[in-house]
Amino acid sequence: MSKTLFDKIWDQHVVDTIKEGPQVLYIDKHLIHEVTSPQAFNELKERSIPIFRPNQIVATADHNTPTINQHLPIKDKLSKNQLEQLSKNCFDNNITLYELGHKYNGIVHVMAPELGITQPGLTMVCGDSHTSTHGAFGAIAFGIGTSQVAQVFASQCLLLKKPKSLRVTVNGKLKKGVLPKDVILYIISKLGTNSGTGYFCEYAGNVFEDMSMEGRMTVCNMSIEMGARGGMIAPDETTFNYIKDRQFAPKGTDFDKKVSYWKTLPSDIDAVFDQEYIFDADDIGPMVTYGTNPGMGIKITETIPKENNSSFKKSLEYMNFEAGSSLIDQRINYVFIGSCTNSRIEDFRVAANFIKGKQKADNVTAWLVPGSKQVETQIIEEGLKEIFENAGFELRQPGCSACLAMNDDKIPKGEYCVSTSNRNFEGRQGQGSRTILASPLVAAATAVEGKIIDITKHLN
Amino acid sequence: MEKFIKIISKAIPLAIENVDTDQIIPARFLKATDKKGFGDNVFRDWRFDKNGNTNLEFSLNNDLYSGSILIAGDNFGCGSSREHAAWALVGYGFKVIVSSFFADIFKGNALNNGLLPLQVSPSFLAVLMKTVKEKPETKIEVDLENQTISLSDINVSETFEIDAYKKTCMINGYDDIDYLLSKKEMIEAFESLRN
Ligand code: SF4
Repeated sequence: MSKTLFDKIWDQHVVDTIKEGPQVLYIDKHLIHEVTSPQAFNELKERSIPIFRPNQIVATADHNTPTINQHLPIKDKLSKNQLEQLSKNCFDNNITLYELGHKYNGIVHVMAPELGITQPGLTMVCGDSHTSTHGAFGAIAFGIGTSQVAQVFASQCLLLKKPKSLRVTVNGKLKKGVLPKDVILYIISKLGTNSGTGYFCEYAGNVFEDMSMEGRMTVCNMSIEMGARGGMIAPDETTFNYIKDRQFAPKGTDFDKKVSYWKTLPSDIDAVFDQEYIFDADDIGPMVTYGTNPGMGIKITETIPKENNSSFKKSLEYMNFEAGSSLIDQRINYVFIGSCTNSRIEDFRVAANFIKGKQKADNVTAWLVPGSKQVETQIIEEGLKEIFENAGFELRQPGCSACLAMNDDKIPKGEYCVSTSNRNFEGRQGQGSRTILASPLVAAATAVEGKIIDITKHLN
Repeated sequence: MEKFIKIISKAIPLAIENVDTDQIIPARFLKATDKKGFGDNVFRDWRFDKNGNTNLEFSLNNDLYSGSILIAGDNFGCGSSREHAAWALVGYGFKVIVSSFFADIFKGNALNNGLLPLQVSPSFLAVLMKTVKEKPETKIEVDLENQTISLSDINVSETFEIDAYKKTCMINGYDDIDYLLSKKEMIEAFESLRN
């Protein structure tokens, strides 16, 4: 029988099937961080259960870390405690940890791919919904709750029902200034925030085939924002070339062997999906969101739709926007380029390319937060740091930062922030803050102009 | 985990759609390393303003409403995978959340904490929401054994779906770790076959 990419990997990982119930799915790699792991460690300790496969776990500190003066002791007591707990738990259980300051430290979904930990054909989980990012490599990767973190600690397995399959195909050629972030914001704006619930999504079509790994990660990252547990893209030469020679990638003949296995993974031509959507690249433009969920997005040239329901109105009220109006010329005082959606080197190259020779507008505070130590190093080595600093942007140290504002990087109440992150929920970037999601290009342009502009007119 | 068999309670209406986990428990409260105390901060930014003043318009603060059942709008629990959202709802005293749709991860997290995510049809949800809003004293019965939710006062009820395995776990207060540990030999055999 013909199978999808998802079926092939899933079926190879089923340990057992409970009659009329879930399946026992084996997990190859378990990523953990400071916020969603402590209660799981406690649970195992309380029940005297050892960690079953510590060498399949990799830990990083990212959610709750400061993005300035990382070499100094952390001021916030609770944050400090949480990070110390992570270090202790990892040390006690022989788990690899890339703690704050380590050369491999970074946002979990940025550091694992760049170290070659993420590979096609794997099952990967993390107590974080954007684990879907790793699906860009043709892996089954999804976010789990803390109880499930404890389950994987105890057994390297999870009890799950196989999700249904969904395919989103985008063919054609993307217009100038349209980035992977726009593609995914466009898809979510068309399908809504719960269209993917119960599904695992595969992205297909030449738009994704032509995308870099960074771009594919941006797309898969936001699968969760349409409700899907994960997203994935078939592995191909782009994938293999990205993985080759990375720290933890297989080497030499092992690598070749893996590649021949990875080549068997893409969906069979006649594989059937439970649900299919097809879009045309030509219809996609640079996007912005205007509301309080990621599905509330429009092309930058469009106006906010008119809808007559209370949740929609509540959302616009929170944002202080009016139905029917345009976002162009909207004054913006904060710009954030970062988060596991857009904090890879390619994102900073796009931003730097636009910013070069220009100046940040006076009213704008612009934070650039690399996704990892390695990205930070690259920014410096490629000379991007200079471009940013000359233009008045603030390059910070890696972490989740203003994406969820657990640390001090908060957007003040009532202020708008054009952000390359993935969630524009009420208060996501700080109590009362108002988030407008966009690509790194739109974010960079906003910072330079001090307001939202029609970027399509500024590209030669 | 506490056993869940049947609950009869009044309910609190929350007529908002797409309630995300950032609203249920804002990120700044995620710094704890245990599961305690999250209930105090459930829906924090809707219950209180920035200066800590109570928002009397919010239904959880309205004395008319009480109970261990929350009636919520469509697509409840979207967003982050934080299980802290489930801990916060349980900590506040909820045992059942009723909605016409739940986000995947939230649903799993709720079930793993003995909190029943009960999905009803949009029309039943509308009746429920209206009844509870207008008559806060209405008692709702949730019977997990028979998979029914009913309003005996006005004689309406609906059956709901739940995974058979999860139902057994809820009724008996088991969790998945117990089950997975019982499969250890099988898991080891699986590992050796793959290597
Ligand atoms: S950057 Fe944001 S979305 Fe990504 S892992 Fe961190 S908090 Fe979550």
